[in-house]
Amino acid sequence: MSSSNPLRDAQDRRLPRIAGPSGLVIFGVTGDLSRKKLMPAVYDLANRGLLPPGFSLVGFARRDWASEDFAQVVHDAVKEHARTEFREEVWQQLIQGMRFVQGDFDDDKAFETLKATIQELDKAQGTGGNFAFYLSVPPKFFPQVVQQLKKHGLAEQKENSWRRAVIEKPFGHDLDSAQELNRIVHEVFPPNEVFRIDHYLGKETVQNILALRFANQMFEPIWNRSYVDHVQITMAEDIGIGGRAGYYDGIGAARDVIQNHLLQLLALTAMEEPASFDADALVAEKSKVLGAVKIPKDLGRDTVRGQYAAGWQGGAKAVGYLQEDGIDPKSKTDTYAAVKLEIDNRRWAGVPFYLRTGKRLGRRVTEIAVVFQRAPHSPFDHTATEELGQNAIVIRVQPDEGVTVRFGSKVPGTSMEIRDVSMDFAYGESFTESSPEAYERLILDVLLGDANLFPRLEEVEQSWRILDPIEQYWDTHGKPAQYASGTWGPVEADEMLARDGRSWRRP
Amino acid sequence: MRIDLTDTTSSKINKALVQGRRAIGTPAVGMVLTLVIVTDEENAYDALKAANEASREHPSRTLVVVKRFSRSPRDRSKARLDAEVRLGADAGTGETVVLRLYGEVINHAQSVVLPLLLPDAPTVVWWPVNGPVDPAKDPLGALGQRRVTDTYAAEQPIHELTARSENYTPGDTDLSWARITPWRSMLAAALDQLPTKVTSVEVEGEEFNPSCELLAMWLADRLSVPVKRTLSAGPGLTAVRMETADGPIVLDRADGSLATLCMNGQPDRAVALKRRETSELLAEELRRLDPDDTYASALKFGVDRLGAVVEKAEAEASKTGEDAAASETKPAPAKKAAPAKKAAAK
Repeated sequence: MSSSNPLRDAQDRRLPRIAGPSGLVIFGVTGDLSRKKLMPAVYDLANRGLLPPGFSLVGFARRDWASEDFAQVVHDAVKEHARTEFREEVWQQLIQGMRFVQGDFDDDKAFETLKATIQELDKAQGTGGNFAFYLSVPPKFFPQVVQQLKKHGLAEQKENSWRRAVIEKPFGHDLDSAQELNRIVHEVFPPNEVFRIDHYLGKETVQNILALRFANQMFEPIWNRSYVDHVQITMAEDIGIGGRAGYYDGIGAARDVIQNHLLQLLALTAMEEPASFDADALVAEKSKVLGAVKIPKDLGRDTVRGQYAAGWQGGAKAVGYLQEDGIDPKSKTDTYAAVKLEIDNRRWAGVPFYLRTGKRLGRRVTEIAVVFQRAPHSPFDHTATEELGQNAIVIRVQPDEGVTVRFGSKVPGTSMEIRDVSMDFAYGESFTESSPEAYERLILDVLLGDANLFPRLEEVEQSWRILDPIEQYWDTHGKPAQYASGTWGPVEADEMLARDGRSWRRP
Repeated sequence: MRIDLTDTTSSKINKALVQGRRAIGTPAVGMVLTLVIVTDEENAYDALKAANEASREHPSRTLVVVKRFSRSPRDRSKARLDAEVRLGADAGTGETVVLRLYGEVINHAQSVVLPLLLPDAPTVVWWPVNGPVDPAKDPLGALGQRRVTDTYAAEQPIHELTARSENYTPGDTDLSWARITPWRSMLAAALDQLPTKVTSVEVEGEEFNPSCELLAMWLADRLSVPVKRTLSAGPGLTAVRMETADGPIVLDRADGSLATLCMNGQPDRAVALKRRETSELLAEELRRLDPDDTYASALKFGVDRLGAVVEKAEAEASKTGEDAAASETKPAPAKKAAPAKKAAAK
């Protein structure tokens, strides 16, 4: 904030970054995300002393609640889901700024009430006109909500105060719809005041990718086509679609996960060193590498999609996707997607990036595996290295955040036998309750106006440019392969890598 | 699991650590630092408990050095080292070794500790009570790049602050300083919100609480204005009043948990400012292992100068009468701290 503040000093590393006076308005506050993630994150931030005094939380939803009912709901959500222990005095600080506004998104009166509430909070809580609007609603309501905000003057950027919009994925379902959405949002909010949440980017391990690559000397020299054989980026879920049939059918795994999370992980893994660690420099490098991504020539050969069939997942019986409630038995929606991408630049030419994601796979895991080439020459005879695989650096994003290095080591004994071993770094903070949740970090960054960890417009559009041709091909060719629940995806995916003489890691 | 070793040596302890890790099946260790706790038997339990909790955030090898003083001259001349090795669930997320030193080895504790430090990883030495006057020159303190004392636990905290400032070596730090981080952060946030010129400050808190002096010295050092230290019944720090060109900014915490922030032209706001547990303070200390220059600067401002400025400020106040409003709510005992023996350290 003000650099002239005599109590602030760059040397003073104990003082945390506290957001300035501000408030958060959540649309769709009765939803799951809001109760399980947003409200607990707000409480946890307050508990860690990172929210400004007078921070205000306004809920907006159709439900007929009084502010007290809302406070009760937040209270229950916090007690159940917050990471840090419940403390009465923190709650007392928060509750003073809690308001609820009841209404539909087309209800002008409700937005007038919202406006009055915000003005009242400025007076009573000193929020200074700074508000972030969190649109935790299905994307079809985005246009309506932002238009209402505009119509009632809630989105006006006044001098010395800010109004920000926070939106969640999906950012459209293809390039056209994404551009349309961006147009709608940017018509009302300037680009630098729009924050797109990709909660993966708020995770400590994802931020650690940059630290690992650019703060160290030992990884970067081998982080290129001379040493890397290929890269596998996996995000596997063990659950099915649950109650999200309405959202999921017609979207599918590729749009839901690859377009945002996996391509962001790819960008962070493959990008060049940014000039500095600020939002503009980061987006420049990420856009560059996403712009260099080349999709396979033969889409039938180098992409695979699948649907989970009935089976057993982790000891529980699971129904197939087509048998889930609310799913059209003829649905072609993919619950598993794997694609092979290449990056056309000097660093990565010829190194395939295999991206895969799926539901009802073996276990829940997200990881980036950089697999290295075999040693060009081995002084050991064939039998000694028979069981030696390729060296790999695996960044485990979740769960059990950390980094694993795989390399060959001699098996103790009189004969020379070399086998793979793992060296493991468990992310120091990961086995603690006090490791901040991604949403905490992201909400704080929104309030501080720090855009480092948010994908920008350009990145979203570039991701769709990569995915659109693949989706179009899938729409017109064949149908998803079936794979038994609880396995690591369809055989077609294994065959896809086998054709390249490689195989998927078992994460 | 626990392994008890009597009349042992560091190398036997190292062996026991390796054995223990094998036995519980976790040969890989991801510990980030060695924490050496130097304490007496009385305080060992609480200190270790706090360290184990802090180890959730900072997985560490914790070495507790307990010096057992023997009564008879014959026992004093004999040296013996007992150790208790704890791993797994008994030791938070790292490993713990409780070292009990008898006889002559008491004066050579560093020889026991040195072989047990984790390779390469930083070492932090913490004295929960009775910190040495010059931590960096202490044989055990010399092993650590970070030396944590707790002036609050001293018998004469204010004298001790002066001594700390005279002997300050980069890497020294104090839990009394960590205690006031939330206050400092809130005061800085207040000035973020109302960028204005502060003309004078008053820090109010209980007697014999060095955190109040440290906060006052930090404010005086940063703001270069007179800072007055006044007394209240506590608990801990109770209020900070900053007189500014735009009216007073007051952060008032009467009950030790919920504070009120009052600023001119803005509504009064509640702020949670709970007094924190030792484990939280320790976790904060371990987050940064580089020298804390801000602490050094505040500490070196000097408690005496604080007094001098107060007198000067009072003289000015009585001359102009301008500050009368600020101090009229106070009992304002303009006493220089003449610390009597503290009844209870904690």
